[in-house]
Amino acid sequence: MLGLLLLPTSALASAAELTQAGEGTLGDTVPIDTMWVVIAAVLVLFMQAGFMFLEVGFVRAKNAGTIVAKILTNLSIAAICYWAVGFAFAFGSGDVFGDNSTLASLIGSNGFFLQVAGTGGVDDLAGNSGIPVMAVSAASIDAKFLFQFAFCAVSLAIVWGSTLERIKYGAYVIYAIVFSAIIYPIGSHWVFGGGWLQNGDTPLLPTGMQDFAGSTAVHLIGATGALAALLLLGPRKGKYGSDGKPRVIPGHSMPLVGLGVLILFFGWFGFNAGSTLGTGDGRLADVAVITMLGAAGGVLGAFLVSQLRLKTIDIGMVGNGMIAGLVAITAPSGYVETWAAPIIGFVGGVVVVFGVILIDKKVDDPIGALSAHGLAGIWGTIACGFFTAPRLAEYNAFGNPEGGLLYGGGPDQLIAQVVGVLIAFSFVFILSYGTFFLIKKTIGLRVTEEEEDAGLDIVEHGMYGYPEQFIPLPEIGASSTGPAAPHAGAQAPVAHQGRGDAVPGGVTA
Amino acid sequence: MKKVEAFVRHEAFEPIRMELLDKGFPSLSIAEYKGSGRQKGITERYRGSELTIHLRPKLKLEIVVEDTDVPVITETILKHARTGQVGDGKIFVIPVESAIRIRTGEDGGDVLQAHETEEIPAGA
Repeated sequence: MLGLLLLPTSALASAAELTQAGEGTLGDTVPIDTMWVVIAAVLVLFMQAGFMFLEVGFVRAKNAGTIVAKILTNLSIAAICYWAVGFAFAFGSGDVFGDNSTLASLIGSNGFFLQVAGTGGVDDLAGNSGIPVMAVSAASIDAKFLFQFAFCAVSLAIVWGSTLERIKYGAYVIYAIVFSAIIYPIGSHWVFGGGWLQNGDTPLLPTGMQDFAGSTAVHLIGATGALAALLLLGPRKGKYGSDGKPRVIPGHSMPLVGLGVLILFFGWFGFNAGSTLGTGDGRLADVAVITMLGAAGGVLGAFLVSQLRLKTIDIGMVGNGMIAGLVAITAPSGYVETWAAPIIGFVGGVVVVFGVILIDKKVDDPIGALSAHGLAGIWGTIACGFFTAPRLAEYNAFGNPEGGLLYGGGPDQLIAQVVGVLIAFSFVFILSYGTFFLIKKTIGLRVTEEEEDAGLDIVEHGMYGYPEQFIPLPEIGASSTGPAAPHAGAQAPVAHQGRGDAVPGGVTA
Repeated sequence: MKKVEAFVRHEAFEPIRMELLDKGFPSLSIAEYKGSGRQKGITERYRGSELTIHLRPKLKLEIVVEDTDVPVITETILKHARTGQVGDGKIFVIPVESAIRIRTGEDGGDVLQAHETEEIPAGA
C-alpha cells in the first residue's frame, strides 16, 4: 500500500503547469485546442473502420457484406440525429429550466442543431459559454460537437456486435434513431455531460462519478444495448446443440479481426487523449501514454489467461484483450497516474477472456461485445474507485478530491462508481429493451431460418460480400461474351451479363 | 459394395452426418459443388445491374457401404435433405469394385465403416 503511494507521478504536465492552466494564464490556445479536438474527432470516426473489420472477420463469409452497409447507414443516421437533438440533450446546460434545476441535471436543453448562443469573446469561439460543461478548453464548440458525435457513433457501433448474422436490417435503422437521439445523449449527459451522476447531486452517490472518456458513458451504454437486443434476438441457428452446449461458429478471417483491433487501437488515442478537449495543460500526452499502457496490459492479460485456461494463445482472445484493455483504461485515463494503466488494462484482459467463455455458455455474442465493452467497461469505471489520484480528481474537479481507495480517499469514490454503473446500465437497458421489443412486435427483429441459412448478404442486399466464394465467376465454363438469353433455362450454357461483359474494363458506375 | 453419391443443400449435411454416425457409418467424404438443375438461378444485384447465376452451390456427399446398407444411407439422406422445394438435390448409387485401406493394405468389405473394434481418438 505504502509502496504504491511512493510510485512516481507523471512528469509531462507539471503541477505548476496544471495550476497555470487552471488559472487560464497559459496563453490563448484557441487555434491549437480546436486543431487537436478536430484531429481527435477524426481519429475516433476512423474507429468505424475498426468496428467494420472486427465484425467482418468474426462472422461467416456469407454475412460479411451487410456489415459494410450497416456501418455506413448507422453512422449517417447518428450524424443527423445527434446534430438535431442528441448533442443538446447530452451537453446542453439546460438553461430553459433555469440553472441548477433538477431537470437540467437529467437532460440538457440547448444547442439543438448546434445553435449555441454564447457571449462571443476571444475565448468564447462559437459560443463555448453556451455549453459550460465543455468550457474547460478554448476549442471551438463545433470541434467539440464533432468529437462528441464521434463518441455517439462508437457507442452505437458497439450495440450491433452481439446481433450479427441474424438481425433484420430494418432494426438497425429504427434503433439507431432512438439510440442517437435519446438513449445515448441522456445516458452520457448523466455520466459526463454535467448530469446528476457526474455532479453527485443525489443522495445515492457520496461523490461525483468519474468517467474521463466513457468506459461507462460510451462502452457500457453500447454493450447494454447489445445485451437488450441479444436477449430478444436469441442465438444464431446451430449455435447451441440439442444438449444445450455451445458450438463454435468460427469467424472467417482472423487477419481482418487483427486489422480491426489495430484500427480501433489507433483511433483510441483520439478517444482518450482527445477527451482532454484541449492542449494547454499537456495532459493529452499523459493520457496517450496511459492509453498505450492500458492496451498493452489488456493484450498480456488475455494472452496469459488464454494460455493458462485454454492451453493455447487464442487469436480472437488476444484481440479481445486489446479492446478490453483499452475499454478499461478509458474511464481512468484522465484520473490515474501512469503506473496504474498497465494494471487496469491487464485486469481488463483477464476479465474479457473469462467473460467470453462464461457468456458463450448462455447467450450467443459472436464478437464478444458484452465482455470487451460491457464487463471491461464496468471494470474500468470501478477502477477509478481504487486508482484515482487525488491531484487529478482535484484538477478535473469531479469526484472525491482525496482520490480512490489506494490513496486513502476512502470508499466514497468506489461507491459512486458502482452506483453510477448500476444506474446507467438500468436506464439504458430498460429503454433499449423497450425499443427492441416494439421492433420485434412490429416489423420483426430477426430474419427467417431460410434467410439465415442463405446469409444476410444475399437476402438483405441481393449480393455477396465475396461473390466468387458463393457464385461461380462468369469465366468458368463461359464461352460467350454476349448478354445472357432472356429465358436462359437450366440447360443453357453459362453466359452471363457479368462484370466485365457489359462494359469494357468492367466499370459500370 | 456401393457408393452412395448425394448432392444436397449445405444445411442438410450436419443432421445427416450425426444420424449416420449414430447408426454406425462414420466414414464419408464431402466436397463443395456448383451445379444446375430444375432450381432457378440466383439473380444478384451488383451496383444497380442484375447478374443471373445459373449454378447453385451444393454439397456432394460420398459414402461407400455394403450393398445391404444402402437403404439405411439413402433413407437417412432423404429424411434430412428433403424440404419438398425444388433444389433438394439427387442421390446416385454406383457399384464399387474394390476397397483398400491404405494404412494396412487389407481389402474387401471389412474396410468399410468398420470402426466398432478399434476406437481411434479424435485428433489421432
